[in-house]
This record gives sequence, C-alpha cells and structure tokens, in this order.
Amino acid sequence: MSLTLPTYPQPDARGRFGRFGGRYVPETLIPALDELETAYAAARTDPAFLNELDRLLREFVGRPSGLYLAQRLTEHAGGARIYLKREDQNYTGAHKINNCLAQALLAVRMGKKRVIAETGAGQHGVASATAAALLGLSCVVYMGAEDIRRQALNVFRMKLLGAEVREVTSGTATLKDATNEAIRDWVTNVRDTFYILGSVVGPHPYPAMVRDFQSVIGEEVKVQHQALEGRAAPDAIVACVGGGSNAIGIFAPFAYLPEEERPLLIGTEAAGEGVDSGRHAASVAGGRIGVLHGAMMYLLNDDEGQIVPPHSISAGLDYPGIGPEHCLYAQTGAAQYVPVTDAQALDALQLLTRLEGIIPALESAHAIYHAVELARTMRPEQTVVVNLSGRGDKDVAEVMRLLSLQEPAGEAPGQLLAPEVHA
Amino acid sequence: MTTLAHTRGAARLHAAFEQARTEGRAAFIPYMTAGYPTAAGFPALAQTLLAHADILEVGIPYSDPLGDGPTIQRASEQALAGGTSTRHSLALVAGLRAQTDKPIVVMTYVNPIYAVGPREFMRLAQRAGVDGLILPDLPPDQDLEIAELAAEHGLAVTFLIAPTSTPARVALVARACTGFLYAVSVTGVTGAREGAALGEVPAMLALAREHARAPIAVGFGVKDAATARQVAGVADGVVVGSAFITAAANGQDVDALAASIRAGCVR
Repeated sequence: MSLTLPTYPQPDARGRFGRFGGRYVPETLIPALDELETAYAAARTDPAFLNELDRLLREFVGRPSGLYLAQRLTEHAGGARIYLKREDQNYTGAHKINNCLAQALLAVRMGKKRVIAETGAGQHGVASATAAALLGLSCVVYMGAEDIRRQALNVFRMKLLGAEVREVTSGTATLKDATNEAIRDWVTNVRDTFYILGSVVGPHPYPAMVRDFQSVIGEEVKVQHQALEGRAAPDAIVACVGGGSNAIGIFAPFAYLPEEERPLLIGTEAAGEGVDSGRHAASVAGGRIGVLHGAMMYLLNDDEGQIVPPHSISAGLDYPGIGPEHCLYAQTGAAQYVPVTDAQALDALQLLTRLEGIIPALESAHAIYHAVELARTMRPEQTVVVNLSGRGDKDVAEVMRLLSLQEPAGEAPGQLLAPEVHA
Repeated sequence: MTTLAHTRGAARLHAAFEQARTEGRAAFIPYMTAGYPTAAGFPALAQTLLAHADILEVGIPYSDPLGDGPTIQRASEQALAGGTSTRHSLALVAGLRAQTDKPIVVMTYVNPIYAVGPREFMRLAQRAGVDGLILPDLPPDQDLEIAELAAEHGLAVTFLIAPTSTPARVALVARACTGFLYAVSVTGVTGAREGAALGEVPAMLALAREHARAPIAVGFGVKDAATARQVAGVADGVVVGSAFITAAANGQDVDALAASIRAGCVR
C-alpha cells in the first residue's frame, strides 16, 4: 500500500493554529514560503512523490519502526503496559530522517541544488546531510559552538557525509542561534536554496508540513496497536518536546479525535534544573506567548521581549520555543505538557538501559521518565506508548561526563531505580 | 489597511522627504542601535548622525535580530549587555526628542512589541516622540492590529519590500506603508557588502511607485558616498546603518562619514 499524508483541520489558510503560528519573517522570504506552500500542496497528493517517499522510508530508513512491549519496564512501573515506538531503529538513529528525506525530495522536485539546515543535538544535521548525500544535493548545516562541543561525533558524521558544518558563535551559541543563522542564509540565498527545517516550528507552511511528514509515526502506531491490543488508540501517548516534531508526529493522528476516543497525550518539556530555577527549556510551563523564528508560540522571553537562553541536559530540547500546534493543544487541552528535569531524564536513561537493553537519547529519556510515572497510576489492561524518538549513542560521552560528576564510579544511580534492579 | 489614518508621524516624515527633494537631495536616513556603544555614549553618537540626517532611525536592540547581519547583531548584543532594552531604548529616543525637531523612526522586531503589549508599546513610543516604526519581521498581512494601534497613536508604519517580492506583494506592502516604503536593495540581511550595485532596484521601485502613497527609501548595503549616490538617483531616501556602527567600533570619524554620505545623497 502506498503512503498517503494525512489531512488535519489545522492550521487555517493563513497558517495559524488558533492564534499561534503565522509568518513573522522578512518580506524577502514571503515569496519563497508561498512557493514552498504551493510545491508542497502539489507534492503531498502526487503519487510519484509519495511512492518515492514511501520506498525510501521502507528501504532506506527501515520503516515501519517497531512497537515494542517493554516488559521489564512495565513490571518495574507496576501499572499500564508500556510500549516503545522505536524511532531509534531508524537509519541515522532518530525520527528526524522521516522529515529530512521528505523535504529533500521536495527540494529536488523544486529544482533546488543546495540545502541548508540547523541542528542542536546533531540528529537533524546528520539526517539532512544523509538525505543530501543520497539525493546529490550540496548541504550546509548551522550548529552552535556549544552544541559542536557536546556532539562531536555527529559533527564528524555530517562532515563524512559531505556536508559543511558552520559553527555559530553568536548569542547563546546553541540551536536558537543556529536557526537564526540558517534563516539569514536562506534570506540571502533564497532563490537557489531549500531550507530543511528540523522541527514543527518556523513560518507557515513548515509546522504543518513537518507534522505531516512525521505523522507516519502515529499512523503506524494505529496499525501496530490494533494488531497487538485489538484497538487502534492506546490509552496514553508520551513524547518529549523541544520544538516538538517527534511529539506532533505521534500526537497529531490522534489529537483531532473526539475527546472520548482520544488517548491522553502528554508532551514532556525539558525542565532542566527545575522550572523555578530559571535554567530550563520548558516553554509551556515557564514561557509566555511571543514570536521567534517566524511563528507565534509559547516562548521563553522576558517582559521586554528578549529571548531568555534555554537550558537542557539535552541539546535537542535546548530551544526556547515550542511548535505552534503544540501551543494550540496546550491551550485547548488536547494535550498536556509536563516538565521533566535533567536529573530525572538522566535517571530514566539509565533505567531503560538496564531494564531493556536500550540506550535512549537524552531527549527521549524525558518521555521515558514521565511514562513510568504515568503507567504507575494506570491499570494493567491499559497501555502507554512512549515515542522513543532517538537512540542514545550521540549522548554517551556527555552522559559519561555527567555521571562522573554526579557520583563515584560504580555506585548505583538514580531514585527511579528500584532496589531489585541493582541485584 | 487602506483605511489607516494619515498620521501626525506620517505627515512629519513626508515633510522631511519633501524638504530634501526641494533641496535636490534624496532624504538621508542614518541608523544607530539604541544603547550603542553604551547607554551613556549613545546620545552623542546619535546627535552626530542627527546633525546630518533628514530622519534618524533608531534600532531597539534585540536578542534575535533575524533581518540583520553580523554588524548590527553585534551592536545589539553589546547594547543589551549594557542594559539597554525596549523601554530604555524608548527613553533614549525621548532624550533625543528633547534636543531635535527632526523625525525619528524606530526599528523594532515584533517580539518586543508583543512582550510590552502592543497598546502599551505604542503609548510609550508616542510619549517618547517617535514618528514612525520600521518592522522588519512583520509583513503587513500578518497582524493588522499593530498597524492600527500605531495609527491610533499618531505613528507612521514602514514595511519592507525585497527583490524577491512578487508584483502582488509589492502592491500589498506599498499600499500598507504610511510613513515611507522601505525597499531592500538585495536578497539578504543588513550590512555593507562588496560590489553592491543597483541591479534589480530600479525595476522594483518603478513597480512600487504605482501603488505607494508614501515616499520610498532604499537600504541594505549602502556604505559610502558612492553607493549613496547610486541609490539617490532612483529613490526618495537612502538608509545607512552598519557602516556607522563599523566606523564607531573602529574609532573612525563618524561625523566625517555622515557628512560624506549626505553629500552623496545630492542628485
């Protein structure tokens, strides 16, 4: 069966999810966004485009990714059955590749020879570089100097794939500033360059387009959960949110269901050292409505509108805003957003690794933490699906450094770990 | 948008353009970031520019200035580090207003306006004596409320067109501008650049003039008398920003540079 891209009731014709979203960008880009919107509208129903995307997702990425019953984790939590949607099984190690391949195919279709991307943790950069190599496009990736330090292995991967990695030292030298630089590049080279945006942020049509491309995650869950549990919708879905692309990909196929059929949807925001500490990246819990990178959304910004630098243990969640569709979900209650701290994520990473033999990305570990807490409160016949958005290889060196700071080597970490796990 | 009142600020800006025109010049519009190089040093630098200016453009420093190149971005970071933020910027403008009758326009990204609150921001701007706003990340069809609130407070509004703008966009943007229309000379961000030639600018301006009620100024990449002369040949106004920040940063004579560029605006 060939791929189809789902159709959703949001955004409106002007690219707004309620009051969120829009196109707050220099006028230079408006025609390019119009061109992209038109090209995407044609591509999304064109069998040639969809067949090629479908083929690449299956044969190159390795889709569908598994829906795996985490038995030992379920026993540990002692409540609902916990399933992991294994986006970590994708080639290049995260959900990012779904969107990058689709956008790169669109770039080819639009006759663009050069693609640019921004990256925080490097997963989107690696995926963009991979798609560019596969399709013969030149690729420039903007990355903050601080993230280059944290993610040296991914920087090398991108270079090996033939991409140029441009170090960004302005501002906080992280994802926010890499995104600024990518947009500036696009403003300058807009006529021959395609901007592969990595999350459900940015000006319309990016939040809608990236959501559609990531919806393959939730659509697969429907089929897989049906086969395993005899019903399409799980009782709850948990996913981490920075910009929010993996979360929207697993939420959106369920978010517009009538309330009584809709799973509990929970996005875990990076609470860093705590939402009250001022050192976090929790845009819903600790932000206010503002405009960044072309869209209105919940945003970490002070009372005079200056962007407050975010903090997270995970470079991939270290972003001061959250996609406009998530903002609408938060406002309407279609989904809930809960903060998870650095320490909790680090505990959850170790918990999953020891119980299931799966090392998750630090991003995904935020979701794992809350899923365990949530499953505890649920009944055994209920199910929780966690989007395991990426694997932890990229974070191993950073985790090693953090654990060595935290406690003497060899000692058992973490309050999440029950005593029997150590036995 | 076509219902926007002809504001006090628009009238003052139009008069400045008209005065320059009668003197055989394009209006000279130098730019400086509020609070640069320091909050204490800004007034003197702004006065130096004002002495040569027909209109002064003051930028509110912003942490994430998408439309600006590295020169203005660094100036913004320096101003912010020195404690100059949105309200303080408007206070600095109020200080200038006490010293000059020349029109002052404020360049600001939309997030500071939303954060302060659009109505409160306009009230503060009006009280500071601002005549108009330049909004680089607000295409006119994104938020009609901001332009309407600006008009209510007597402020003119400037939007931008670019070489990539389609004829329909040029018409839309040109009709929305009440103070002056800002034509971006190149695809790209602010900043002096090599080999800046007029290129597509004359055709863009010809198209814009069919729809604009307001004068048209050209900016981005104008850095000296020679580039100013090129622009003055086709536009009603010439905007110069990064060159003054670079000059100030390097300890060069900003007064002499401003005099030279103003001379370049003579037709």
